[in-house]
Amino acid sequence: MNSFTYVRARNQAEALSSLKDAKFSLPVFKGGGLDLVDHMKEGLIAPDALIDVRGVRGEGDLAGNGPDAVEMKGEVIRFPAAMTLAQAANSAVLRKFAPVVAMTAGSAATPAVRNVATVAGNLLQRPRCWYYRNSQFNCLKKGGSTCFAVEGENAYHAIFSTGSSPGPCHIVHPSNLAPALMVCDAVVHTVGNADRKEIPIGKLFHGPEKGVTSEHTLEAGELITHITMKARPVSGFYAIKEKQSFDWPLVFACVAIEMAGERIGKAEVVAGAVAPVPWALPAVAAALKGVDPKDERALTEACALAGKGAKPMRDNGYKVGLLSVAVKRAVMKAAGVAIAGEEGR
Amino acid sequence: MAEGVSRRSFIKTAGLSAAATMGPGMVEVALTVNGAARKVKIDPAATLLETLRVDCNLTGAKEVCDRASCGACSVLVDGKLVCSCMMLALDAQGCAVTTVEGLVGADGKPDAVQAAFIKHDALQCGFCTPGFVIAARALLNVNPKPTLAEIKGALAGNICRCGAYTNIFNAVLEASGQAVVADGG
Ligand SMILES: Cc1cc2nc3c(=O)[nH]c(=O)nc-3n(C[C@H](O)[C@H](O)[C@H](O)COP(=O)(O)OP(=O)(O)OC[C@H]3O[C@@H](n4cnc5c(N)ncnc54)[C@H](O)[C@@H]3O)c2cc1C
Ligand code: SF4
Ligand code: FES
Ligand code: FES
Repeated sequence: MNSFTYVRARNQAEALSSLKDAKFSLPVFKGGGLDLVDHMKEGLIAPDALIDVRGVRGEGDLAGNGPDAVEMKGEVIRFPAAMTLAQAANSAVLRKFAPVVAMTAGSAATPAVRNVATVAGNLLQRPRCWYYRNSQFNCLKKGGSTCFAVEGENAYHAIFSTGSSPGPCHIVHPSNLAPALMVCDAVVHTVGNADRKEIPIGKLFHGPEKGVTSEHTLEAGELITHITMKARPVSGFYAIKEKQSFDWPLVFACVAIEMAGERIGKAEVVAGAVAPVPWALPAVAAALKGVDPKDERALTEACALAGKGAKPMRDNGYKVGLLSVAVKRAVMKAAGVAIAGEEGR
Repeated sequence: MAEGVSRRSFIKTAGLSAAATMGPGMVEVALTVNGAARKVKIDPAATLLETLRVDCNLTGAKEVCDRASCGACSVLVDGKLVCSCMMLALDAQGCAVTTVEGLVGADGKPDAVQAAFIKHDALQCGFCTPGFVIAARALLNVNPKPTLAEIKGALAGNICRCGAYTNIFNAVLEASGQAVVADGG
């Protein structure tokens, strides 16, 4: 790893002014540092200043120091950007009022990673494409001229595209948390060069057709301070992985529903690990309306729409079928319907 | 005063000196490891694992994957399980670091988890063992009687290349005063 200056910012002003300090040529904000250190060990980036922002918790009095960093006022839930995934998974507020977020955070990575990884770092982590992560492959995302996944090993790549045709880069968005926050209509709050900004989470990410070397829309020097979102008490998450212990999901789904009696009155469905951005499935959400979640046949039919429009690559066609299953099971989790074979898990 | 800035946060940010910076180049750092205060001179890029092994001569935590993917380098930082290979030593300043060496009691007796690992032969080559012991200790500190599923979840970030898992799970059950699973082999 390259050497650097370590800066511990105690508040927003210090974080922002350190990032603009002329003596640094490539300063970066650091949350838990997991993705940054990974990149530095691999020689993919060489920042000359790491600004630790975990002491920066946004405006006002939300220090995030209490037993639960999550705060709820009326229907609005708020938490600091430097909250860890473990804190999110264990938050009593999230478990009760937005279980999809607690479940997703608790299923990501490993216990040791969750103790360190921050919410902002999870949203802004770079993709896991193995060509991108390997310094030997100078792919499009690193300024090269080829996407090695097209002809190469693409079992874990995208089946949907944000542009009119697939590519030019075929990553899946790496954040497990992002789709969960999307079904809760989350807003990302930032401070930066100009004013405070409020970015609806769906607008935080962009596809490769809008720029292949980045995945998010923040400007350089913009600091995420906190997240606000709506309560979604009837919500759930389901991931399909190759291993039962920790693993990146092959596909996963986040669902929030509002029941009208025994039937679904309204649904929001966002899938992960299938596209370069968190992938909303409005057609499935519309089809779920009026379905009784205990009626497995009706549920299966509605969720079968999930793979519509997919354009799989050579080795990832299996994701299309898995996606319908993940969505169906996420609805069942949300509605508290038992999933056969998973009793006691 | 700008909108959205409370009086309190204004007072907190106004008139402050520059943020605390360390490096580039070697910096002196105070760490608390296994209850003892230590001063080490390290590069800001040093990981906690390197600092523990090289500068503190505590070689219990092992380097295997070097990417937070195997758990061999597990230590506790303020009681929380972390992979020391991916944590900067500077991030552990002001925190209490516990390594596997620190689990041994003042009387020299092994921790209940260590004793149970020995009793259940919960290892083959032993390279993953310090990490598993620390991860199990982190679990039992917050959940003294975990179910088997909870044990598996808590150890999900630790990999044993020799496949000693059944005995490892039994050791953790034993250390928490519970019956071991029938198939101990
Ligand atoms: C073994 C393993 C398994 C994993 N499995 C999963 C998984 O299943 N699902 C999943 O979602 N993730 C997984 N991850 C990834 C992990 O969740 C991320 O690496 C982690 O969340 C990054 O968070 P961090 O705080 O350490 O980020 P950092 O490395 O500190 O930062 C990441 C990026 O965010 C920027 N940043 C950080 N904070 C801010 C802020 N407040 N404002 C602006 N920019 C900021 C940094 O500049 C950097 O660009 C896994 C990681 C490992 C090692
Ligand atoms: S999918 Fe994207 S990150 Fe992966 S090789 Fe292609 S261009 Fe690079
Ligand atoms: S060496 Fe740190 S997790 Fe493998
Ligand atoms: S005992 Fe050999 S790796 Fe676990």
